[in-house]
Amino acid sequence: MKKIEAIVQPSRFEAVKSALHEVGVEGMTVTEVRGHGRQKGHTEVYRGSEYTVDLLAKIKIEMVVSDGLAGSAIQAILRAAKTGKIGDGKIFVTHVDEAIRIRNEDRGEAAL
Amino acid sequence: MRRILPQLVLGLVVFFGLLAPAGFAQAPANARPAASAQVQDRIAKLEQQVAEARSSGDNAWMLVCAALVLMMTGPGLVLFYGGLVRKKNVLATMMQSFILMALITLLWALFGYSLVFHEGNRFIGNFGYLFLRGVGPVPNADYAATIPQQTFMVYQLMFAIITPALITGAFAERMKFSAMLLFMILWSVIVYDPMAHMVWGKGGFLNASLGGAIPTLDFAGGTVVHVTSGVSALVCALYLGKRLGFPKEPMPPHSVVLSVVGACLLWVGWFGFNAGSALTAGSLATSAFVATHFGAAAAALGWAAAEWFRNGKASALGAISGAVAGLVAITPAAGFVGPMSALLIGAIAGVVCFLMVTKVKGKFGYDDSLDAFGVHGAGGSIGALLTGIFALRAVNPVFKDAQGTAKAVGLIDGNPGQVLNQVVGIAIAWVLALVGTFVILKVVDWVVGLRVAGEHEVQGLDLSQHGEEGYNLEA
Repeated sequence: MKKIEAIVQPSRFEAVKSALHEVGVEGMTVTEVRGHGRQKGHTEVYRGSEYTVDLLAKIKIEMVVSDGLAGSAIQAILRAAKTGKIGDGKIFVTHVDEAIRIRNEDRGEAAL
Repeated sequence: MRRILPQLVLGLVVFFGLLAPAGFAQAPANARPAASAQVQDRIAKLEQQVAEARSSGDNAWMLVCAALVLMMTGPGLVLFYGGLVRKKNVLATMMQSFILMALITLLWALFGYSLVFHEGNRFIGNFGYLFLRGVGPVPNADYAATIPQQTFMVYQLMFAIITPALITGAFAERMKFSAMLLFMILWSVIVYDPMAHMVWGKGGFLNASLGGAIPTLDFAGGTVVHVTSGVSALVCALYLGKRLGFPKEPMPPHSVVLSVVGACLLWVGWFGFNAGSALTAGSLATSAFVATHFGAAAAALGWAAAEWFRNGKASALGAISGAVAGLVAITPAAGFVGPMSALLIGAIAGVVCFLMVTKVKGKFGYDDSLDAFGVHGAGGSIGALLTGIFALRAVNPVFKDAQGTAKAVGLIDGNPGQVLNQVVGIAIAWVLALVGTFVILKVVDWVVGLRVAGEHEVQGLDLSQHGEEGYNLEA
């Protein structure tokens, strides 16, 4: 099992979500987050006072999928989230040891 | 059709013109020789009814204006200032303006009105109207001959409310609520009441039409309201010091949206403030209404353009700040200048106040948090000065010679000396505000302490001063 953590532009979120549904990803957890990578931030000016806003709004999508599905899920995210500009976000993939469904204690891929 | 219309109008004029003398001719023939008591009686009744009709019209207008001026404080200023602070201070900031609507009303009812508008010496009224004794349905002909004095009293009260509320912008986000209340009580009595008496009270030192020593033009409160509050704001900002973290930490407005709505309400309310200062519903009110609107429009464009030129973008906050600056500057001039002068005054104020707020403040480094000085102190002073330049007898024949003919009013009208009088008026307002506010701050600091504790400031005044939060998003 793999955990895929994707941080994407809020404007691309809907596209990413439907692309993931199309390749068969059934569950995900979504959080509104703030952060920055190379994009840094932007400046705002209020009555002459400049503020640098370096933490920008992003959407973090987390999902755990079977090893077989991981590749196509990553491709789906790349397709849907890419605009080609700085700030498109990142994808992190990690190995997951165990998954348990709380309702009936299913384990492993059956719990996904 | 175009050719026929003037002829038609001319025909009607001639027709009624022929009728009229016939009507007039009858009246003296009937009335004088017979002079029956009945006719005399009817004429007297008619005259009384005419006066009552006029009074009722003026009174309706003035009551609406009083409500409009109150609307400038709440919700106008409440929203304007509330949006400009950080969200942990939104309620405390709104509360500072709102509570003044109640607190100043109390002072005004007990003795404030008397100190301003009863005759006294050159600098302050006496206690003749204490507890509003004698302030009822009968007009006070010195101020407004066609409306009940009670209407005049409540209208002027709304000015006494918004003036101290303007100062709260300078010490936003760091003053104790108790200190603010005590400060405002003292400020209202020591700074506002004397200044208002000097400019508007009968026999006041600067009064333009009721026997002032140095007649100063201030139609709706450029010196009384804006210079006093703006300069006092500067003293407060300097005396209290900067907010913790200023200017390193970012302190952007938490909702420019609220501020835009507030500024729009201020713009509309200002018609009550300026046009209402005519104290009648006549043509002077119209002229002040137009000047007010034009001043605001030109200043909004002026500020936005200056910002666009310097920063590459025209912001919403800039446009609304400009409009308020223009409204401030046109306040002393509204009932004295023509529409083109109003555009000019507004444009000048928009650009100058922009520079005050963005350049001058940065240079000196004081933390006038919401720019009460940059907008009201600077805008009010410029407006009062420009009034002396652009005032016209054709708009408002405020100065008359012994025969009752109108004399020149402002510089472009042929009275260069008025500019000097305006400078004296502005200077007196500055000195009174500087000295008065400094002394009051000393006293309040000694009695209750001015600033909240550091941890309370970080926590926010909503929680630390009032035990509540503006936005309970989880609720």
